[in-house]
Amino acid sequence: MSGTLTIFRRELRSYFATPVAYVFIVIFLLMSGAFTFYMGDFYERGQADLQPFFMFHPWLYLFLVPAVAMRMWAEERKSGTIELLLTLPVTLWQAVFGKFLAAWAFIAIALALTFPIWLTVNYLGDPDNGVIFASYLGSLLMAGAFLAIGSCISATTRNQVVAFILTVVACFLLLLAGFPLVLDVFHAIAPQGVVDAIAGLSFLTHFTSISKGVIDLRDLVYFVLMIGVWLYATAVVIDMKKAA
Amino acid sequence: MIETRQLTKRYGDFTAVDGISFRVEPGQVLGFLGPNGAGKSTTMKMIAGFLAPSSGGATVAGFDVETQPMQARRALGYLPEGAPSYGEMSVREFLGFVADVRDLGQDLRHRRLDDAIGRLHLEPVLEQSIDTLSKGFKRRVGLAAAILHDPQVLVLDEPTDGLDPNQKQEVRALINSMARDKTIVISTHLLEEVHAVCTRAIIIAGGRVLADATPAELEARSRYHQAVSLTAPDLQQAKEALALVADVASIEVDPQDNRITAFPKPGRSIFVAVGDALKSRNIAVRELALEPGRLDEVFRTITQGAGGTEART
Repeated sequence: MSGTLTIFRRELRSYFATPVAYVFIVIFLLMSGAFTFYMGDFYERGQADLQPFFMFHPWLYLFLVPAVAMRMWAEERKSGTIELLLTLPVTLWQAVFGKFLAAWAFIAIALALTFPIWLTVNYLGDPDNGVIFASYLGSLLMAGAFLAIGSCISATTRNQVVAFILTVVACFLLLLAGFPLVLDVFHAIAPQGVVDAIAGLSFLTHFTSISKGVIDLRDLVYFVLMIGVWLYATAVVIDMKKAA
Repeated sequence: MIETRQLTKRYGDFTAVDGISFRVEPGQVLGFLGPNGAGKSTTMKMIAGFLAPSSGGATVAGFDVETQPMQARRALGYLPEGAPSYGEMSVREFLGFVADVRDLGQDLRHRRLDDAIGRLHLEPVLEQSIDTLSKGFKRRVGLAAAILHDPQVLVLDEPTDGLDPNQKQEVRALINSMARDKTIVISTHLLEEVHAVCTRAIIIAGGRVLADATPAELEARSRYHQAVSLTAPDLQQAKEALALVADVASIEVDPQDNRITAFPKPGRSIFVAVGDALKSRNIAVRELALEPGRLDEVFRTITQGAGGTEART
């Protein structure tokens, strides 16, 4: 466990040692604000909730989370530090998990910095803070799932740009798995059961239901499983590269 | 102790390391020599547990690197090729991170950090980020990280690459000072380094061990071994005198500095005879030397000769 913690601390500090952290946080806050007020009709709706704020999170994450995830392993490969890291007395799991947690904590910090909008809505009206809490939880879980996918793809390459683009594509497909864009393809080649299963993988469906304030165990399990499976895949990819 | 048993690494059809077996005991410094792409780094990566062997295996301090990786890694200090480190960290942060991962206790952590920083003379750059350091300092940071936990076994991939002559000298002194009770393997291109630090040298090419001997034994294979070289004001006269010495097999003159080298017949010694011949004819010499043998020549002969397959010892 101490190995995970040491790697977690190092990684989290390294985000703030480079401009990555500040650029990410500023862009995230600006864009989430802009989307909420201009596209989400925050005021015009006349309702005291954060629905228009959370509505755009999946689309923000689609580009911003892969940008955080792309460096996770690709950079270690490029600079050769992966050889240092994986010959220190830490298990592969500790390294994968420590790095993931650091990136996730970093996004959590960015998300927490959106608190002024929560203060605003509480000042303007009397929102259901339970729903808002659930939405924050859902948003964080979804970011974690995006990150885990990015972690796995980042482990396959030493090129961060490739990692970024592939992660965006993978996240986009999973985001829209419940929509005709993706489902129509599978309708043509797979039986209905498979199509339904794929539809059930959609990020958007699960996120929307959590952000309505209903914390369903199935949605939580979905995101936790998603994170677990992709992190496992990360470890498998790194192990395969080691034996290749 | 390091032991490899038929260590092999294949990438598809290409065999990078082909059945390498050796054993290094504490107190030995093994030099890994070979042309670029010979398989030196790949072998070291397998010993360090970064690459998994295709077949065969390796143990570090008695621990199998594949089945007991954690114990093996704790006993090992490893400097990877190019001495990679996290560029955005300061030297102090980076070494602190390695110390934390190695789980040195609070007391030991301080002592070991001070020791490693002192040995590699890193005091002036402790607070600088590694990205801003010169190549020489980066290499020394990597070395400090490798020796931080005072490991029984050290595997150093080109520890002096990128250092200036003074720094090379210091790092060699450092390796020598640690050699007494540790098992050390270094790889290098520099043949002078073999003399300076190694008690034993393995020459590999094409993934195979072509020679495994002490530096002196390797030198003895040189055709220059036991040859006599000299410079004289009167080149022609000196050459004629040498030609008359009974055991001289051949004479060569270096066109660049006019240095004359006389090669003995196999197994014979000519130094005294050459001296006598010159003296009896009253030929002045500026300099007269007995050649120990030239490692670079041996290296070339072994790695290029016989297509890299024969010449096994």
